[in-house]
Amino acid sequence: MDRSRLHQISDVEWELPPTGDMNVPVVLYADAPLLDAMDDEVLAQAANVARLPGIVRASFALPDAHWGYGFPIGGVAAFDAEMGGVISAGGVGFDISCGVRTLLTGLTKAEILQRQAELADALAAAIPAGLGQHGALVLDDDGLDAMLEGGAAWAVAEGYGEPSDLPRIEHGGRAAGADPACVSAKAKQRQRREMGTLGSGNHYLEVQEVADVLDAAAAEGFGLVPGEVVVTIHCGSRGLGHQIGTDFLRLMTLEAEAAGWRLPDRELAAARINSPLGQRYLVAMRAGINCALANRQIVAHLARGVFADLFPAARLPLLFDVSHNTCHAELHDVEDARRMLFVHRKGATRALGPGHPDLCEELRAHGQPVLIGGSMGTESWVLAGTAASAAKAFGSAVHGAGRSLSRRQAVKRWTSREVVDALAARGILVRCRSWRGIVEEAPGAYKDVRVVVDAAHRAGLARKVARLRPLVCIKG
Amino acid sequence: MGEPRTAWERFEHGADIGIRGFGRTKAEAFEQAANALVAVIGEAQPASEPPLLITLEAPDDTLLLVDFLNELLFEMTTRGWLFHRVHVTLDGHRLHASAHGGPVRFTPETAGVEVKGATYTASAVSQRADGSWLAQCVVDV
Repeated sequence: MDRSRLHQISDVEWELPPTGDMNVPVVLYADAPLLDAMDDEVLAQAANVARLPGIVRASFALPDAHWGYGFPIGGVAAFDAEMGGVISAGGVGFDISCGVRTLLTGLTKAEILQRQAELADALAAAIPAGLGQHGALVLDDDGLDAMLEGGAAWAVAEGYGEPSDLPRIEHGGRAAGADPACVSAKAKQRQRREMGTLGSGNHYLEVQEVADVLDAAAAEGFGLVPGEVVVTIHCGSRGLGHQIGTDFLRLMTLEAEAAGWRLPDRELAAARINSPLGQRYLVAMRAGINCALANRQIVAHLARGVFADLFPAARLPLLFDVSHNTCHAELHDVEDARRMLFVHRKGATRALGPGHPDLCEELRAHGQPVLIGGSMGTESWVLAGTAASAAKAFGSAVHGAGRSLSRRQAVKRWTSREVVDALAARGILVRCRSWRGIVEEAPGAYKDVRVVVDAAHRAGLARKVARLRPLVCIKG
Repeated sequence: MGEPRTAWERFEHGADIGIRGFGRTKAEAFEQAANALVAVIGEAQPASEPPLLITLEAPDDTLLLVDFLNELLFEMTTRGWLFHRVHVTLDGHRLHASAHGGPVRFTPETAGVEVKGATYTASAVSQRADGSWLAQCVVDV
């Protein structure tokens, strides 16, 4: 990225002042090397977001930002409905409420290594992943609607998991105000057989060792013990979320163009929050959020079943579940006034600071766990929200490393055998249903997550708690 | 100047995949974009079923292309099918397609990646200097 137009605020904060029809500045949180490696499209897209009506404070790009769809991935933008603010299907993304959850196991790395291959095979057999793989649960119309209203709470009521899981999921495991009637028949049809599935691409289930602890008090509060093992799941709202995104992006594009909006990019299409279309998207998107929360709850239940077979004494309590493609109505202090804002986080994770009333009592002293996926060969991170994060980017932090090579470049550079063997040499077992998928997700195709996490920490978006290293990786 | 190409290719997009079809006509470019989409998903040989007929209408060519690709995705996803050949005819901004294919079982050798949706990013339908047509967009994977 060309930094010549940016004002440097600190070593990890930069600003593009508003010009022309920009309503607010662009604020980028990244150090100079990350910015230099960042695509120029990130700045162009963040500036386009700054032109949308009703945007408040700034259009933010986080250290893992990269070229997205209308909005940059790794972008945060908040809109005020009372100021004509908008909600954007592109600003949420196709995989509504894609996110990460981490389960504790209480098992040591040594215990896992004794049965590592057996565990990898059992997880790969139990958890549907990849193309054409369906879940065992098939929902009829009533079941789909109940799931879309109830989210993870519905899944728990159906026997997938424990009630004690729910306080450790955003919004208690259920986005209120969802309306299944605003979700198309096509979206429901796509989801009918996809509950409890991982999908493919960058989605995964990993068994990970707690390799380092950097904040002992928070790690203890989160139950993270060096040398012990956790299970982390990354997936989203599957076909239903994808179809809601497809449906509403088209509707918003047509309505915006009919109203005479000149969109620099059709993916920026948005509707006024207070318009009929904006309200329909809002309640459909909340149904998509509930689908993702229910999906991760079922996948976690399947993983628990595998561990119960192989390690009968182990329990797998939930550390936390956090989404990174969402729009939520939240109260924020802006210019000495508390305002209800619709905060879009596209490839960005909510990061509530210590003491926040929305956190369950066990987590409140330390701040919200922020779960950061790396790549299958490197490492993932647990961070915690900071007291300062609300004033930075509406309480948001990074969500992952971001790619450094395109999928095509990765396929040209490595073979699947090379990737699998290199991971095995480092003690990481991979099970994947697509050889091309393994290559496209090769560790070398991703940025160094440690650099991204370090920038987020220095910028005060979240603070480092623990580093996780993979032992088993299940991919679609 | 040689014969205009009928082919497909992928183009770079940071996190996802750009697909591009070329044809002697706009309809052929749509068909090739469909072939590019299918190749992202996988390279398996599906069973053969009677063709699926698709009719769509949109306000402009680009919306029609994205609608068409998303319709193919919906049908393949919900049926567990892969299309190996798609024939397109265009009448203004109205599309008729017959999609040939059937149920498919992927192996690690033939599976690609699930496509979430065709997007408007880098989307275009245009005629080139040599008279051939191009139809392209980025798909989210």
